[in-house]
Amino acid sequence: MPKRTDINKILIIGSGPIIIGQACEFDYSGTQACKALMEEGYEVVLINSNPATIMTDPETAHRTYIEPITPEIVAKIIERERPHAILPTLGGQTGLNTAAKVAETGLLEKLGVEMIGASIPVIRKAEEREQFRDAMSHISLRVPENGIAKDMDQAREVAERIGYPLIIRASFTLGGAGSGVAYNREEMEGLAKAGLDASMISEIIIEESLIGWKEYELEVMRDFKDNVVIICSIENFDPMGIHTGDSITVAPAQTLTDKEYQAMRDAAIAIIREIGVETGGSNIQFAIHPENGEMVVIEMNPRVSRSSALASKATGFPIAKIAAKLAIGYTLDEIANDITRETLASFEPTIDYCVVKIPRWTFEKFPGAEDMLTTPVKSVGETMAIGRTFKEALQKAIRSLEIGRFGLGSDTPQSQESRPDIHEIEKGLINPDSNRIFHIYEALGQGMTLKRIYELTRIDPWFLFHIQQIHDLEKRLRHMAQKGFGPGKWDLELLKKVKEYGFSDVQLASIFDTDEQTIRETRKSKGIEPVYKLVDTCAAEFEAYTPYYYSTYEQENEIRSSGKRKVVILGGGPNRIGQGIEFDYCCVHASFALRKMGIESIMVNSNPETVSTDYDTSDKLYFEPLTREDVLNIVEQERPEGIIVQFGGQTPLNISAPLAEAGVTILGTSPNSIDLAEDRDHFQDLLKKLNIEQPENGIAVNKEEAIRVADKIGYPVLVRPSFVLGGRAMEIVYDQVDLEFYMETAVKVSPGKPVLIDRFLEDATEIDVDAISDGEDTIIGGIMEHIEEAGIHSGDSACVLPSISLSREILEQIKDHTGAIVRELDVKGLMNIQYAVKEDIVYVLEVNPRASRTVPFVSKATGVPLAKLATKVIMGKYLKDLGLTREVQPSHICCKESAFPFVRFPNVDTILGPEMRSTGEVMGIDSSFGLAFAKSQLAVGQKLPLSGTVFISVKDKDKKASQGIAAMLHDAGFKIMATGGTSAFLLDHGIPNQRVNKVRQGRPHIVDMIKNGEIDLIINTTSNKRAISESYSIRRAALAFDTPYSTTIAGAKAMALAIKSMIESEFGVKTIQEYHS
Amino acid sequence: MKALLALADGTVFRGCSFTGPCETAGEVVFNTSMSGYQEILTDPSYCGQMVTMTYPLIGNYGINNEDVESDRIQVKALLVKEYQEYPSNWRSQGSLADYLTASDIPGIEGIDTRALTRHIRLQGAMKAALSTEDLDPDSLAEKARQSPDMAGSDLVKEVTCKEPMLWQDGRFVNPGIDLDQFQWPDRPGSWRVVAMDFGVKLNILRSLEKRRCTILLVPAHVDSKAINRLEPDGLFLSNGPGDPAAVTYAVDTIRDQIGRRPIFGICLGHQLIGLALGGKTFKLKFGHRGANQAVKDLTTGKVEITSQNHGFCVAMESLKDPAIELSHINLNDMTVEGLIHKKIPLFSVQYHPEASPGPHDATYLFDRFIKMMKGHQGR
Repeated sequence: MPKRTDINKILIIGSGPIIIGQACEFDYSGTQACKALMEEGYEVVLINSNPATIMTDPETAHRTYIEPITPEIVAKIIERERPHAILPTLGGQTGLNTAAKVAETGLLEKLGVEMIGASIPVIRKAEEREQFRDAMSHISLRVPENGIAKDMDQAREVAERIGYPLIIRASFTLGGAGSGVAYNREEMEGLAKAGLDASMISEIIIEESLIGWKEYELEVMRDFKDNVVIICSIENFDPMGIHTGDSITVAPAQTLTDKEYQAMRDAAIAIIREIGVETGGSNIQFAIHPENGEMVVIEMNPRVSRSSALASKATGFPIAKIAAKLAIGYTLDEIANDITRETLASFEPTIDYCVVKIPRWTFEKFPGAEDMLTTPVKSVGETMAIGRTFKEALQKAIRSLEIGRFGLGSDTPQSQESRPDIHEIEKGLINPDSNRIFHIYEALGQGMTLKRIYELTRIDPWFLFHIQQIHDLEKRLRHMAQKGFGPGKWDLELLKKVKEYGFSDVQLASIFDTDEQTIRETRKSKGIEPVYKLVDTCAAEFEAYTPYYYSTYEQENEIRSSGKRKVVILGGGPNRIGQGIEFDYCCVHASFALRKMGIESIMVNSNPETVSTDYDTSDKLYFEPLTREDVLNIVEQERPEGIIVQFGGQTPLNISAPLAEAGVTILGTSPNSIDLAEDRDHFQDLLKKLNIEQPENGIAVNKEEAIRVADKIGYPVLVRPSFVLGGRAMEIVYDQVDLEFYMETAVKVSPGKPVLIDRFLEDATEIDVDAISDGEDTIIGGIMEHIEEAGIHSGDSACVLPSISLSREILEQIKDHTGAIVRELDVKGLMNIQYAVKEDIVYVLEVNPRASRTVPFVSKATGVPLAKLATKVIMGKYLKDLGLTREVQPSHICCKESAFPFVRFPNVDTILGPEMRSTGEVMGIDSSFGLAFAKSQLAVGQKLPLSGTVFISVKDKDKKASQGIAAMLHDAGFKIMATGGTSAFLLDHGIPNQRVNKVRQGRPHIVDMIKNGEIDLIINTTSNKRAISESYSIRRAALAFDTPYSTTIAGAKAMALAIKSMIESEFGVKTIQEYHS
Repeated sequence: MKALLALADGTVFRGCSFTGPCETAGEVVFNTSMSGYQEILTDPSYCGQMVTMTYPLIGNYGINNEDVESDRIQVKALLVKEYQEYPSNWRSQGSLADYLTASDIPGIEGIDTRALTRHIRLQGAMKAALSTEDLDPDSLAEKARQSPDMAGSDLVKEVTCKEPMLWQDGRFVNPGIDLDQFQWPDRPGSWRVVAMDFGVKLNILRSLEKRRCTILLVPAHVDSKAINRLEPDGLFLSNGPGDPAAVTYAVDTIRDQIGRRPIFGICLGHQLIGLALGGKTFKLKFGHRGANQAVKDLTTGKVEITSQNHGFCVAMESLKDPAIELSHINLNDMTVEGLIHKKIPLFSVQYHPEASPGPHDATYLFDRFIKMMKGHQGR
């Protein structure tokens, strides 16, 4: 069947901000889908609130709405655009849920808008567990014993029937939020309640526990003609009990015979047919009993997913792109396989390598959160590695994680004292945490048998055996090291084997007590160098045309090096807090710009979720770890003009100096300038020379020094380790006791590196500036004014562009400073400077001679593609020739707001601080600040009330500011409730309010009221530790009961303005193409 | 133990034997299935061939007594990237190395199997010699060249059953009598099928039995008269190794049988039908071996993912009779995957509906055969 001609205009719903459980993979999928539909001649309308996506680039769709993804806004867009169809299966759970809600209103029917890909009944059948269970029993497949509960009584009843342990999951949630394992009645009570709360339809399912069963996933695709293919099988290293997003996973399935695999394949095909997914991809999860092979169906996602992105990267088969084409009527046998060209999409990819994915967690960012892996997902990113053996892929994946590990063991000097005892290890094996893989290695080191490790972890012995092989080889190497038998004296076979096992040069250097470079030279002198092989979907059966490579140590090298001008771009590695999709966006733009200039773009990255690792983003893709060794290998292979390090965040920057030392040309801002910007002393001298203010500061490597420095500067001080991104371990310290504590405990993040101590500028306004320079001209990309005061991490703060409160003089001063610093550092490309303005003095807080997190936001706000321009500048072009001669001032207002993962971490305070904790961002655009900010709040799920009761409890310093806010809300008709001090203050200033008990003041108290739904907005600021801990329960309750809240007075003021604007006028919707024209 | 693989064109690959000393020769082919090595090893169609698996990790789930396609290992050697010495699966009854060693079949690991596969793709399937004893590339390449050619060689005689056997309840029951005296067991409602054994895969017999067929497997050289005497409801022509053009005696038998009763052929059986209908076969450059081959059923327009293992192919243009229709086509290279006769009850497929290893998408073909026998009942 050819493509449909009865539809022409298609609305795609994106997934919104990056949150845990819903990350870059939907930008990757969505971008592919938009491109595919545009190629086919359809008019594509897109809604996505996330500005940091390639998907929301003006070129990716015809009409792009950067608006909150809510049913109401989507309805507005539908009314305005009148699309013929909606494709809801590419925007994750958000896209699916929002589309379902819009459909419920009857709007689609009324306007004759068709849902393509998956219909509402299909979505319900797949997602509502009762319906799903019935469907499965209809095709004789077993699902875990389970029961539905809509209240606590039903929950108890079902739990008694099934018995313990059991799993509790909430219906209709993201990434398994509101789920957990209950081993006893008490745990069941707690989990059931949380699950009922988390569910959009107040429903939980209580399920037989399959903990310890083997877990598998199949990625399935189906077309209109009922042709079904399996794209990839995935076997989880971690058995059932840990969310698949938190599991190490391996493709293809390793421990199934063909008989068992085919039974699973048959089941998957029967499921997609029974559920009725007409076209597109689905992810189906299975559990297999390890001792008898019994198969149970766990769940099905009738849409593209994190796993489908992984499967696409693992096989080279672009699931989202094909899903989009199937949705418009093509069949699999009408779509070409891009990779082989001569074959079609109607086949099942076969791979001739092993793929390992490891999740990336950031528990360290959330003090109070337990590092424990269970059924709700907690990882913020993931990395994937490809090798010809499992061992190689596993070790590559570990060094791709960028957690300071260069493989499995033997990457740090061994010291017997610091090794955990066997009981600790056993505990680590029984209770899975983010370090489980290292616990296993340690257990082997202490002589634990595979059998015992299996009993404790239920990880298939097949995997454990490979880890043991790695361990045994390390042991052998250590033995050789003791005898002084270094790599220079080895025979070739051993050296080859070591590399085939995935050992890095850093690991070998550690074992043989030498440096990485020595190992590298020794290895190369013996001719042991990596070869590169293609990911081609077909195991070399057909010729492949897409240049998607991975390294391994084997006989044949398949690299086809061109004689063209070429440049390597280093990506950002796995998503983590502080380094996410924004950097991938920049890398992708760099690649697009290079290609446009006729320069071959070569991407190196290890993140399977991203657009940068799509095989057609760059001229060449190397799916490799971003370490010195791996990058040098590629550089030696490709001999590029140079490499670009300024777009991938801190990751490439961290290896830029070692790469430069090894003779690699760093394009753009020189490594010296990068060093200069990051070196406190030099940078301080530079600012002095330019006569630019900086908060007083000092450096300390121990407690005593720190106290001395702080005494000199005066408290409060801001303390942080050097060379980290995202404010890791950054804190505001108010007194000496806290400072001592900090120095003792929190410096582990970058050992050996000094701690930086700055005067903390209280109540200053923070400013973020992105600028671009070609060495001659410097143009401001955007000046963003933070909503929250300085001290809240810039990545967590909301901001507005253009600035709404700064005077012309201050803005001019900021521009002058920026120009001066850029000149002095000789920046070529992008540069980001953070300023604080206090009492009309402009201080420089931080300078980053690289693309910043705000580059995509600024580009979307102004329509200036900063990263592309920067790339051209780096390659020698001049801004004036590129048409950028002055700062672009948008006539609309753009607000950026951050999305936080607090809901995922029980026991974590939601109060904002200098340590970054947001995972993603949204953008609100409108004609006034109030509306733009309101949209940004709505887009992160803060549904600001238009009437009702506001609760105010603020620290003394904020009391004065709270007066204006309270007055504004009072005038808007809100009832005000406040705790003692705040209440009295407001009354004194003529604002009527009702006093409410703090939690310690007896009941009913404020938390009771939140729980009863009597509070519609919470304004709660705190300063000292006691107040923070006292009000903690307020903030958690706000989170749990989805009550909008602000923990800063500046944020509260913006909210009040937003509410006022919303009362006065309604939201409009407008495309960015319209905004920019 | 170091091992050397030398191709006839002089290309060498180095590896290690995980089954002890060996020396052997044969045609090297690659299979792209990611699972199913035990079925592949025991598939008689691989007789005379060394098989390399493109999936690098082989041996993962060990071996068991059920997943066999014949009573022995049929390949000349197994060439892999990394042998998995620690199998893990609840059905595993032993290691692949022990399994190979017991049959004295070499297993070699450490081969750059992707390079080998690419070489075969570019240069065509070719003869090779493998040794742990003779590690001299030139000498070994010469041995490769001296080994028998696949084209023109009748390998069916190596694998066909020595005497007729009845397949009942999932196993062979040797009637121990000659065909003249053979009596079909009294099984009301079951279909009497004579299967010519060119190297039949057991899952074909299992698939037929599941559809209530009583199958008498007969050696490849039985003549048409003998088959007529058996009065079967249908004739099945099995898969098998080697060049179909060399199996002239079977072509004669089939030619005589065509039109007498419903006939269904798979793989070599399909090629022999092509020859019996007056067509020609040719050798593919490197064949189709894997479990992901897309085939389109031209009668329904549907695509099925199929299991394949063949090096020869029927040339459609050589079949002049307009009553012979192309029923199935390979979507990768558009070669013939199935034939159907419009006037007489006869159809065949190049691929393997019995799967094993591979997807079950094409099992409907067995039903089609039953339907065809039903349609001709009593005629």
